[in-house]
Amino acid sequence: MTIKLPIYMDYHATTPVDERVLEAMLPYFRENFGNAASRSHAFGWSAEEAVEKGREEVAKLIGAVGKEIVWTSGATESDNLAIKGVAEFYKDRGSHIITAVTEHKAVLDTCKRLEKQGCVVTYLPVDSDGRVNPQTVADALTDKTILVSIMLANNEIGTVNPVDEIGALVKARGAFFHIDAVQGVGKIPFDVNRSHADLVSLSAHKMYGPKGIGALYVRRKPRVRITPIIDGGGHERGMRSGTLNVPGIVGFAKAAELCRLEMADESSRVLALRERLRKGIEARVPNTVVNGSLEHRLPGNLNISFAFVEGEAMMMALKDVAVSSGSACTSASLEPSYVLRALGVAEEMAHTSIRFGLGRFTTEAEVDYVIDLVADKVKRLREMSPLWELAQSGVDLKSIQWGAH
Amino acid sequence: MAYSNKVIDHYENPRNVGSLDAAASDVGTALVGAPACGDVMKLQIKVGKNGVIEDAKFKTFGCGSAIASSSLATEWIKGMTVDQAMSVRNTQIVEELSLPPVKIHCSVLAEDAIKGAIADYRKKQEHRTESAA
Repeated sequence: MTIKLPIYMDYHATTPVDERVLEAMLPYFRENFGNAASRSHAFGWSAEEAVEKGREEVAKLIGAVGKEIVWTSGATESDNLAIKGVAEFYKDRGSHIITAVTEHKAVLDTCKRLEKQGCVVTYLPVDSDGRVNPQTVADALTDKTILVSIMLANNEIGTVNPVDEIGALVKARGAFFHIDAVQGVGKIPFDVNRSHADLVSLSAHKMYGPKGIGALYVRRKPRVRITPIIDGGGHERGMRSGTLNVPGIVGFAKAAELCRLEMADESSRVLALRERLRKGIEARVPNTVVNGSLEHRLPGNLNISFAFVEGEAMMMALKDVAVSSGSACTSASLEPSYVLRALGVAEEMAHTSIRFGLGRFTTEAEVDYVIDLVADKVKRLREMSPLWELAQSGVDLKSIQWGAH
Repeated sequence: MAYSNKVIDHYENPRNVGSLDAAASDVGTALVGAPACGDVMKLQIKVGKNGVIEDAKFKTFGCGSAIASSSLATEWIKGMTVDQAMSVRNTQIVEELSLPPVKIHCSVLAEDAIKGAIADYRKKQEHRTESAA
């Protein structure tokens, strides 16, 4: 079987738009191009109808109702709107926010900004699997806590948090619960009521929809209020002004429908591929460590450290495979992944991590090709690695006095 | 990040990968960088009686630019006298490989590795002279 190169294994970064999604969107660029806010003619009415139908469809995927969906430009905006919106609206009630160290930057940097404005933020640690222990949430909650923001699944290591348990604790203390569910929804079962979520961030392009469209679920019963961060025409019941991205919404809705209908089959297929990749690599390559939990993990995620082989060099070797790395060299900061560091992964191992993201269009032939390639390239790079040479000759790398950064 | 063609060439066809006998009196060895920083270079030189570097070998744990910097360093210093090799500057490596600002530390490490290997070699020579005397 011939393989088409390059192979895409970076499904956490983004996913290709499903053909069925694209087909659904096209009429809304062409004949149905109307502004959903135009109340006076048929162009507007057909756009509005599509938008409202889309709300219902996206809501259905997470056990919500259409009126609880606020359209945004994507998950970063949803995270900002949820956190800043609650902090501002309920500032008289309290100013304490709880989140976790492994959250996405859209959550962490939003919290940091709020700290500058007087909020107090608790950044919870995670266990060695990268999970937030619900007890740490319970211990951190105070009467001043207005919001707890915990992700459903982590974008780097795929670790799935016990959000249902955390949500119950948050609700019992009367705080609001925000879940950045971008990486999990559409891949694993998720329900806003089971998790006691008040606010949930979603993004279309992580579930085979288009980029530039996201949503924030905002609970109606009991009602959660947020102060908008974008002012203007009062769209989305005043929570998010701006002309709606109708083709994007239609695509998001179709993507959500497909996930709802196909998730069970797709997840077991993707999980089997992920396990084939993991076992194939582990059988061929010694000295590897899987980062994160194998039990509580997204089906399509494999984050693995190849000891003694630096991640960026590895990515260069895998040039026909699109993956990402927790190595410092992939960022301008020169610091390795803060997520891996939070798990207690040593810096030298964090530098050797590679994230494989598998998804809807990954094939068994691609997985087998990648296993062969990885085995071959790790061998080559280790032959070039002074650390491998030292380790092979029995030297404990920790016994060496290394230079400073 | 896009790599320059020269970085890719050195990465894909690294010159002088390997090891020399670190215990030999005519071999100088340096091990610079740190695993926690994501870069470790081992660079070795073998010096002839006339002070000319007859052979140079490296092994590098690091990104493509780090591998290319050390590969280029060994290529350059082979055939140089020890004194000439002392004058190789990281800026020359940056220029030759068109390294972007975030990769300048790779070239610094390569310069450190050259100097470290020469220092090790010289130390061995001093010991020899002392024990001969």
